[in-house]
Amino acid sequence: MSAVLDIRGLRKAFGPQQVLDGVDLAVAPGESLVVIGQSGTGKSVLLKCILGLETPEGGQVLWQGQPLDRKARAAFLDGFGMLFQGAALFDSLTVWQNVAFRLRKKLGDTAARRIAIEKLARVGLGPEVADLHPAALSGGMAKRAGLARAIAADPKVIFFDEPTTGLDPIRAARINALIRDIVTETGATAITITHDMTTVRHVGDRVAMLSGGRVVWQGAVPDMDAATEPHLHDFIRGIWRP
Amino acid sequence: MSLTAPVALTGRAALGLLRLIGRVALFGGRSLAMVPDLREFLRQLVQIGWLSLPVVGLTALFTGAALALQMYSGGQRFSAAEVVPAVVAIGMARELGPVLGGLMVAARVASSIAAEIGTMRVTEQIDALVTLSADPLRHLVTPRLWAAILAVPMLVGVGDVIGIMGGWIVGTQSLGFTSAAYLSGSWSFLESWDVISGLLKGAVFGLIVALSGCWFGMNAGRGAAGVGRATKYAVVAAAVGIFAANFAMTGLFFG
Repeated sequence: MSAVLDIRGLRKAFGPQQVLDGVDLAVAPGESLVVIGQSGTGKSVLLKCILGLETPEGGQVLWQGQPLDRKARAAFLDGFGMLFQGAALFDSLTVWQNVAFRLRKKLGDTAARRIAIEKLARVGLGPEVADLHPAALSGGMAKRAGLARAIAADPKVIFFDEPTTGLDPIRAARINALIRDIVTETGATAITITHDMTTVRHVGDRVAMLSGGRVVWQGAVPDMDAATEPHLHDFIRGIWRP
Repeated sequence: MSLTAPVALTGRAALGLLRLIGRVALFGGRSLAMVPDLREFLRQLVQIGWLSLPVVGLTALFTGAALALQMYSGGQRFSAAEVVPAVVAIGMARELGPVLGGLMVAARVASSIAAEIGTMRVTEQIDALVTLSADPLRHLVTPRLWAAILAVPMLVGVGDVIGIMGGWIVGTQSLGFTSAAYLSGSWSFLESWDVISGLLKGAVFGLIVALSGCWFGMNAGRGAAGVGRATKYAVVAAAVGIFAANFAMTGLFFG
């Protein structure tokens, strides 16, 4: 199957530090790809380069076979949702206004609020949360509200940036289950950035390991335990080598 | 160290400053050219205009009162104490109303804009706007710039009236003016250009305040320290910008 997102030779440096040094990665439609790697290996930078939030020095990103330039990116973002590491809910808006941010202009407040409450229910948050401000939510609730915002407009592509960071194991398991269910239900293409192996096993169809600015191993999630690639081997088992 | 090193250093600093001015000008120009989000514009109008009214009003009141005392005591030296109402009115409308009002707004608004947008930057809320197909400039910067351009002249106008009232209180309560004589002395020498020039200054000062807050907020560094630095630079840049623009506009209008 042809890739919906195709990343070719992506390079990005910050000063003397080469963070991405020729990343090649392809994601098939409806596939859930998990990108893993140690902290500081450029996982989040990779997402930001795809989204145009960082400008790469080299390489290109293709979306449906076409370069993801400024014009194409606007169309790409129309069918896109993202869960940020810290949820990134807008402090000045209530929870429902956050969830319905994209919908309010198209549908008006009444219809947008109704959909927001449906999406909040989908992630296990009741209507009583809708009128709260993000500051009143716990970390787990904020993540779920962020997830509701990511899926509010039924996106075709969803990015999850460290979805379980800062959560206790039970809340992390709940988020992992929600992500897996949503990706399966909607058939959306998903890229998840994480260093949590539980998330990898629950959420991913395929996994790619970033190290030294490149993808050093990629394959199906069930195959990773048997892989001999040293970076992946050590990462999965949490082995530190001085 | 080479003899040309200081020249090279000065040249680099000058080029850096010009580059920064160019970037800020493009940032402001692009933002002003967009149609603001109406809801956010109205919210900012309240935040910048209505909520700044107490601090601007109090500043104007005490400034007008102090100016009346100063002018009376100074004017007595050359038998010109009777010009106190006119000096207070002209001084407030042309200079003190816009400059002190602008500085108070700079302290209150530039800091809060820089802190709010800077926090949004470090908590990825601005990245979230991009992923939701919302232009951060149109959503965050344009409403603040237009709201400040509109609100600060209104604050200056109200401040002028309150400042003159401060002078009137002192004049009638402790300097021996009758109310009618003080008010007549205020209005008879005040020209419409005195007021209009002050309001124009207010609009430019509003732009400077909001632009400083937005620029430093959007370019805030990481973490709490980054937001703190952005806030500090925004207030300093806004205050210096107000003094520089005031000098330039005073020269232009009255030079």
